[in-house]
This record gives sequence, C-alpha cells and structure tokens, in this order.
Amino acid sequence: MRRVFVHNRVVRRVAGMAGTLFGVAVFVFVMLRAIPGNQITAGLGTEAAALTPVQREALERYYGLDQSLFTQFFSWLGNMFTGNFGYSARSQQSVLDLTLHSLPVTFELAVFSIVLALLIGVPLGMLSASRTNSPRDALGQVVSLAGLSVPAFLLATTLLSIFASSFGFNPNGQGFASLFENPLLNVEQMFLPALVLGFGIAAPILRTTRTAVLEVRSNDFIRTARAKGVPPRRLQVRHVLGNALVPIVTMTGLQFGYLLGGAVVVEQIFSIPGIGRQVLLGIQQKEYAVVQSTVLVIALAFVIVNLLTDILYRVIDPRVRAS
Amino acid sequence: MSRGVFSAIGIAAALSISLTSCSSSSGPATTTGAAGTTGGNLVVGVTSDPDTLFPWKATQFQAVNVLQNIYGTLTEFDKDLNVVPGLAESWKTSKDGRTLTFVLRQGVTYGDGSAFDSKDVTSSLKAIMDESTAAVAATSLASVKSVDAPDEHTVVLKLSGPDAALPANLATINMAMLSSDDTEEKLNTAPNGTGPFTMKKRVASQSITLARNDKYWGAEKPKLDGVEFRVIPDESSIVSAMQSGNVQLAIFNDPLVAQTAQGGSITIAKTPQLNYHALQLNTRRGGLDDVNVRLAIQCAIDRKQVLDTAALSEGEVTGPITSPAFKSDPQQRPCPTRDLAKAAEYLGKAGKPNGLTVKAIVSQGEYATSVNEGQNLKAQLAEAKITLDLEVLESGAFVDRWVAGDFDAAVALNGGRPDPDGMYGRYFTSKGNLNKVAGYSSPELDKLFAEGKATTDPAARKEIYGKVSAELENNAAWIWLFTGYTYTGTTSQVKGFVPMASGSLQYLRTTTLN
Repeated sequence: MRRVFVHNRVVRRVAGMAGTLFGVAVFVFVMLRAIPGNQITAGLGTEAAALTPVQREALERYYGLDQSLFTQFFSWLGNMFTGNFGYSARSQQSVLDLTLHSLPVTFELAVFSIVLALLIGVPLGMLSASRTNSPRDALGQVVSLAGLSVPAFLLATTLLSIFASSFGFNPNGQGFASLFENPLLNVEQMFLPALVLGFGIAAPILRTTRTAVLEVRSNDFIRTARAKGVPPRRLQVRHVLGNALVPIVTMTGLQFGYLLGGAVVVEQIFSIPGIGRQVLLGIQQKEYAVVQSTVLVIALAFVIVNLLTDILYRVIDPRVRAS
Repeated sequence: MSRGVFSAIGIAAALSISLTSCSSSSGPATTTGAAGTTGGNLVVGVTSDPDTLFPWKATQFQAVNVLQNIYGTLTEFDKDLNVVPGLAESWKTSKDGRTLTFVLRQGVTYGDGSAFDSKDVTSSLKAIMDESTAAVAATSLASVKSVDAPDEHTVVLKLSGPDAALPANLATINMAMLSSDDTEEKLNTAPNGTGPFTMKKRVASQSITLARNDKYWGAEKPKLDGVEFRVIPDESSIVSAMQSGNVQLAIFNDPLVAQTAQGGSITIAKTPQLNYHALQLNTRRGGLDDVNVRLAIQCAIDRKQVLDTAALSEGEVTGPITSPAFKSDPQQRPCPTRDLAKAAEYLGKAGKPNGLTVKAIVSQGEYATSVNEGQNLKAQLAEAKITLDLEVLESGAFVDRWVAGDFDAAVALNGGRPDPDGMYGRYFTSKGNLNKVAGYSSPELDKLFAEGKATTDPAARKEIYGKVSAELENNAAWIWLFTGYTYTGTTSQVKGFVPMASGSLQYLRTTTLN
C-alpha cells in the first residue's frame, strides 16, 4: 500500500516535470518567433534588403525557415529525444556539443558562487541574529543591502578595472582555461566572477539565515537545551543552525537554479564561455535551435536542482518526511 | 616566375611601405623577406565571434575582418581606398567599355597548396552571380554578361555596358576568389584562401587563431607568426585586457570607451569612417513627397548640434559621399547651416505653414548614439513646427521595417563604400535593388549614375559624383548628418599597423610585435 503511494508520487512528480518542460518548450518556441527578424536579417542586417526573391528563398531553405511552424516545432522536439539538439549555423557545431562545453563552465561558476555566498551569508546571518539591533546586526544589514542593490555589472566592471589597471591582474583577458586543462588559471579566472555573483546571492542567504535563526531560537526546545546545560557553541551549531537549515537550503537551491541561466551579464563581462552567453548569442543571431535547446536544458537543470533540494530537506528535516 | 608580378604589386607595396614608415621608424620599412625576425603572436580583442566563415555571405564587421586576412580578391584597396591590384596583377577595359580583361597573378596558391588560376575565377564569379547561392555581392556583377577564361592566367568579362565601378566592387571580401574544388559546406568550417594568413584553430564564441601563410604572394611577406582574434564581449573588458597586456590590438566603436583606454601603454588612432549617419526620408510616403517639406526639414537641422549632443562631437559633419577620393563638400546644399526662417518659407511653399508630423523609426541598441540622435532631431525640428514622432524599435524590428521600406523617416547609420556607385547606385537609381528603402529616384540621378559607370577617367568621375551629391542634397532626398570615427587601440609593442576608413584589418600583414 505504502509502496504504491510512493510510486504514485514519483509518477506525479515526473509527469509534473515533463509538463513544465513541455510548457517551456512551447513558450520559448513561440516567443522566439514573436521577436522580429530571423536568421537571415540577423546575419545580413540591412544588407538583407538587397536580396532578390530567389536568393531569399535559397537562404530560407538553408535555415529551414521554409517549413511550417508546426513542422519546425515537432521536428525539433522529436529530434531532442534522439539527442539531436539541432545545429548552430554560426559556429558550425551541434548545439549538443556547444552545450556540453558551456554547461559545465556555468555549473562550475554556479558552485563556486554558491560556496562564496554561503561563506559570506551564513556566518554574517548568524552574527546578525546573535544580537538584534546591535552594531553587528547593522553590519549584516549593510552587507545584505549592498548585495541586493549594487548591480552585478557595476561591481564586475569596477573589480575588473581595479584589478587590471592597478595590479595588472586580469586572468580573464586570456583565453578561457578549462578546469581540466589548467586548473590554476581556471580558478583564477573564476574567482572574480564568482565573487560578484556570490556577493549578490549572499544577501538573500544572509537574510534567510538571520530570520531562521531568530525563529528557531524562540522555540521551546532551545530553552530546554540551554537549561540542560548544552555548551553555547554546540547549541548554536547543532541545535540552532541545524534547525535553521531548511529555509537556507531552499533559498540556496533556488539561487543555484537561477544561476544556471542567470549569470549572463557576469559571463559577458568576464568573457566566461558559459551557457548564459550561449543563449544570448543565440538570441542575437536568431539561432532558433540554439536558443530553444539551450533554454530547455537550463529548464531541465532548474527542475532537477529543485528536485534535489526537495530531497535534501527531506533528509535534513524529519517533519517534511512525515507529512 | 615573371618579373611583372613584382612590378605590378609595387604600387600597393610602396603605398603600404610609405605609410608604415610614417607610423614607426623600426617597422617593416625594408623588406628583404629575410627570415630571422619572428613577428610574434598578436592578440586582437573583438566583441563577438564571426557569424559566418563563408566570405560570400559575410557582412558582419568581425567576420569581414577575419576573412579579409584569409581570402584574396581580384582587386584590393590601399590605405586611401584606391583600387590596386590583388589576385589580378592588371586589367584593361576595351574602348567601348564592354570588355574587361584581367591578367592573373602567377604562382599564387591556396592555403591547402592548390594553385590559383583562371578556373577558380570563372567558377567563383559564376557562383556569385547565381542567385541560388545567395551570395550578397551578386548585384555588383549585374552588368556582367559572361565570364570566360581564354587561358590559365586570363579572365575576360563581357559587360552589358561600361562599368567603371566594377574594379572597386571586386575588392570586397564578398567577392573572394574561392578554389573551384571547394564547397560552401567545406569552407564553413575550414576556410581555404590565398590571403596572408591561414586558419589554424577555432573555438566557438571564444577565439579564432590564424597562422602566417609562408607562401603568400605579396612582395612583402606577413611578419606575425600568428594572429588570435579573442572574443571579449564587453568593450571595457577589452580595455582592461589591453592594460594587463593580454591583448595588443582592438577596434572600439564607443567613443567613451576609447577615451578611457587612451593613455599608459595604449595608443588610440581615430580614423574617419565611410559609414554615415542620416535621417532617411521616404519620399513616397507621408507629406514627404513634397520637396519643399523635405527642404524645410533640412533647413531646420543643425548637423553640428546633432554631432555635439548625440555623439560627444566625435565625428565630422558630412554630405552624401564619404570616401576620401570622392568626398562631398558638406557646405554644398540648401541651408548649409541651420536657417529656421528658410525652413518656415519652405513650409509655406508646401502649403503647410502650421507644420506637420513626420513619423520616424529609430533603432535601439544597433549602435550607441541612435536614440540620442532621434531626440536631438526631434527637439530641433519642433522649433520649426515639425513634429518628429519617434518610434523606437528593437534592432531586429528596425531592420525588418527598414528592409521592407516600411517607414516615413528613419534615423539610420548606413555602411559606406569606397566607390560612390557601389555606395549609392543601389539606393538612388530607379532600378537599384535598395531603391524601395531609399524612397527616392529621378531621371537625372539615373542619368548621372549611368554616366559615372561609363566613365573611367577618375577626374571626370569625381565631377559626375559631385553632381550626384548636389542632386541628392538639393532635393533633400535624405538629410546627411555626420560620419563617426573608428578607434584603433594598440599597445606600444605593435608596429606597422595601418587603420583604414573602412575599419579593415588588412594591414595585419605589415604588422609586427616587438
């Protein structure tokens, strides 16, 4: 009986995910075609006005624009299932190849950013909560306000120009090094962008931590623990932080999912060849296959991260499991 | 190999040598072809990846810049945009102007080692003319009736009429001479040309690396061992990459960025561009069919003010023709300076003393100053009772409307060309393939453009295009505003590079790194 129940829930969950992805697919497909211009005008610009009808037809055939929208959509989606994500006319590579190169880059950047964000956000949040309305609380407020309000592009360009012109430190001006080719250079290249992204994300994590810690501390079991003589450090880490983790994990998971597609600006400024930049270039060039397939991959990653977050807080919090 | 090869390219070489020796004393002024000095690997910062590697379809700036170093054309431009020999060492026009005979350079090879000959030229020209290949330069060959190769080193073009602009039109990379053994599919990933560099490596959206072509036909061999075009999407990031020594050369569009880059080890050279900013008027729509309305608009606009307020004074007020050899005098037009009384007078003549409303499309993001230009024009015209109704469009939407000729007026940045026929013949002749977009033609212009094509004497041609320019401005077909600059940033190690008005990087072949 219980097994059937679990089984149903898994099926429902998977169906929900598939539905979400299909919705994303339709939405992206439609939106992309709602943007004026196509691959021909994107490539030729105003020069496209000089094309004769025969030339235009030849180009439409080349890009597959002569097919009906219905055919375009289902042949693309059908091909996705067979692992054919389409082809980028710009770089003359399959979208799958491009994605396999860019996704790990963004994934690494996201992990790096989240680690920095947690290193900044959680201790500061706990510090803030340790005494409300004190100078240390104010410090937390200032950091989180700065993190939320300083735009990433501003922080990125400022850091880049300070490091480049004052210290001659600009690993990003060199060709991009992958983690496996040249780990040291790779970490150098990732550091500033991860710091920029991490600083932005540290703010919500700091606030969440502060609120959660305050809430947990007001619970009876903390008072009980303290009365039983649990040492303060153990109380802070094991009892307070342990119980405050659920909202922090949720927040972190959300931010991580967001980073997978949302790091575009930072990738652009630091020339990190990640997946956000791939989508941006695709939109600029109206490379339909690139945008559609990449967005779907990002959506899939987002859905998976969400699922993992769910599973993770089931592990952390027995109450979620019970319900 | 014949001695003639060297004498023919002497002109081109002499020009580039005289120029390089101005810009550097230790540069490649003496050329013995001696091995020994290695040129090093130059890194060029570019904001985006070429959108295609197939030269016949490349119109994007970055693609043209890369491909120009890999492929060769029958004719070339020198630094002043004069037409000089390229893969053709000489050419001759018959007396009636209907036959053009090219003598091809000998001993030229492609990157893959195969020899270049007349077969490659005939197959290339025929394919460019074939509409199904969708080569963008097809219309530049409209006057060509047949292409024949009597022998390996001669190509004869039979023309439907004289076409003095043809040699210049053949110099663009869209007219690259491809090997007859190659296919578009193959060249999309593996370019194979006769240029000073060959393609070595490409990492999508990150970099393109070229290697020196040791078999390059030029008397002066390229010096650099290699050139890497490194994609750094943000112009200010390119500046910091130059400051830290990772990048040695870059072309900037944004005057603000160029200003911040100047100083330290970076030198910025300003080059006036062929591109021009204009308020395009579609004389077939709105109230703009009346020449008096158009002249009123022309009189109400202070071009210097547009340049100063919208583009930080970075540029020059211009008339229609921007190439150095044929340049228009910007003062030769009704109302060379702003004259509101005159504008009112023209409006009165048009029977619209209380003014009128003109709708204009403006692109957002296609180039930095567009919206500011639109705003300034609107403010100036308002003082002459002309309401400029701005419709700001995303650049894709702008291009769509522009290409369809679906606008009354357009704030536009148009590409220029070295030859005035190539530049405006397609817009302002009644059969020009961009006439729908230009929105204006007249029997006088048709006649003048035909004359310009039929005349080979440069001085006579200059006079004819002077008349074209006057005809366009007297009728205020469009309102020409100004030309901007390109900014070439180089670090102190770079010697021998010559920036061109076309923004071309063809002089990478004379560049060295110290």
